[in-house]
Amino acid sequence: MAEAVVRCLRDGRLDGEHAPALAVEGSLQCCPLAAGAMLHIAAAFASQVAAGKAQARGLVVVAFDRSPLVYLEFMRRRSLDTNALDRCVRILDCYSDPLGWKQKIQNQQHQGNSAKQFSTNKENITVYRSVKDVTKLMSSVTELGGGFEEGKKYFSVAVDSISSMLRHASVPSISGLLTNLRSHEQVSSIFWMIHSDLHEPKVPRAFECLSTMVACVEPALVDPVCGESPGNLSVLEQNYSKAKFIVRLKRRNGRVKHLYEDLYIEGNDIKFDSAPSVSIEVNQSLVPKAQFNLELSEKERSDRANVVLPFEHQGNGEPIRIYDGRRSLPEAQRDLSLTAPALVDEIKAPKSGTAKGEIHYFRDSDDEQPDSDEDPDDDLDI
Amino acid sequence: MEEYGGGGGDLLSEAMGSAARVVVVEDCVEAPGAFVLHLLLKRALASGGAAAFLALAQPFSYYDRVLRKMGCNLSLHRRNERLHFFELLGFPGGAREGTIADSFVRLYNEIQRLVEANRAGENAGQFTVVIDDASLLEVVALGSVNDVLDFLHYCFALTSEMNCSLVVLIHEDIYADEENMGLLLHLRYIADLVIKAAPLSTGLAADVHGQLSVVNKGTFSEQRAKAQKVWNFHFKGKENGADFFYPGTRH
Repeated sequence: MAEAVVRCLRDGRLDGEHAPALAVEGSLQCCPLAAGAMLHIAAAFASQVAAGKAQARGLVVVAFDRSPLVYLEFMRRRSLDTNALDRCVRILDCYSDPLGWKQKIQNQQHQGNSAKQFSTNKENITVYRSVKDVTKLMSSVTELGGGFEEGKKYFSVAVDSISSMLRHASVPSISGLLTNLRSHEQVSSIFWMIHSDLHEPKVPRAFECLSTMVACVEPALVDPVCGESPGNLSVLEQNYSKAKFIVRLKRRNGRVKHLYEDLYIEGNDIKFDSAPSVSIEVNQSLVPKAQFNLELSEKERSDRANVVLPFEHQGNGEPIRIYDGRRSLPEAQRDLSLTAPALVDEIKAPKSGTAKGEIHYFRDSDDEQPDSDEDPDDDLDI
Repeated sequence: MEEYGGGGGDLLSEAMGSAARVVVVEDCVEAPGAFVLHLLLKRALASGGAAAFLALAQPFSYYDRVLRKMGCNLSLHRRNERLHFFELLGFPGGAREGTIADSFVRLYNEIQRLVEANRAGENAGQFTVVIDDASLLEVVALGSVNDVLDFLHYCFALTSEMNCSLVVLIHEDIYADEENMGLLLHLRYIADLVIKAAPLSTGLAADVHGQLSVVNKGTFSEQRAKAQKVWNFHFKGKENGADFFYPGTRH
């Protein structure tokens, strides 16, 4: 759920821990929605900061994919006024001149004219021109973050997107940057966007490992005949209007919680819609697709309930029949059904003074479904 | 109604809308999409705007001939400085002029100056940058996808800063087998609008030359939010343009 995610980011880090990190993953089929999700999280987080509800005093947005004005405009539409934006949001603009070409051209032409639109630093936008230098990027981010308030106050970082960064720097250097930011004493939380289909599968996984939360934006409808033109038009059309927002939260006790919402575009805004049956749907999707059946049908369930377990007292008033694992020949011939194994009739000897050994077996596993991922230690708060 | 020589602009213009800044045209050998580029160039010049055409595939004379048949005089527009034609068949010009990246910087510089000049001009119409084509850009960059993407990123940034639009042609079938589709996927990501020309699944036909699918992402534009985002129709190429029609509506 988007709110849960923003809350985690807002609450920030605990003492002695690294900052929480959110990885937002999108793909081409629903890229406007993935972009929208990232904008939404940034705007919602900035609102929390502006209202003083967050651990962080400000948000630094490292913008590669979009003009800084897009973020500011989106936040304004979410009722963040100019004062709040100036106070709480700084944008490191890696979009306008990432490689310093414009500056190079200006220097060559000996034009010191700083009135040109693209080279002016607006109040909360700082142009960054050396995207290949990750170390310098780190220090620029921390410098911007330190400028929100006097004293060592917390700030948060948003990177949009890691995929663009990966064009200029290697996976290890960017992982290093994110790790350094997470462990930086002033960073309260960090979130980033990555486009999973632009890289080999191991790359988004590597960044997922660095995160404490992963939010995947997936197409609402999956077209079985994917990729071909034009494919299923209505599927394509739907996938540009709405998508699934699936969040995996790693809890401190090691448990992974799954949350699921629908996300859709309304006008020029992005909205989230909680699905009612959350856990059932997600659990169903957790069963891996295998060539053998991992689920039980109704008949199989009732047959299972009818199986007589060894050493178990049926307690239905009939003579006690304890199956001792042997099938006597006449019974075996009579009873061909495998689910009702032949029982050796034994009439239990009435209790005598000299007590024989008895086995009392209480079945305790009826309520639990097999392969359920319920963690019996879930209520522990270690 | 299809206008004479306008190439049945209605269906295509309807699908494209007016707000798209970055248009990517994908085609393949069986269904070449260059005609879409010619149409868009003609439209850009006809509406009073200016254009920069980066030609890697053909010399000026070729486009002049083709557009002339469509009723657009490129030589005249070039003389009037409404069309700025970059003949890049010999790009980047050899090692002595610096690295490939430097050549791209110079090219970008020229385009940026043109866009700025147009914006500052009296008759500031829409400026369109047309690239024919991105696959050849990769060739002249000696396979360096990063250099091409850097250049395209700067052109893309121009569209938001300077109110101009970008049209790029790319051959989709070149990238079909690669594990990492590189340039094609990146272009699809940055595009507002993807126009894909493909052959008919039933094969060749005399009356229908292929199908066009138009995907208009309509990113956060109020007008486009409710509008149809995905279109598919057939086309037939003509000497003076192209006709667009829904399947089965052709007599």
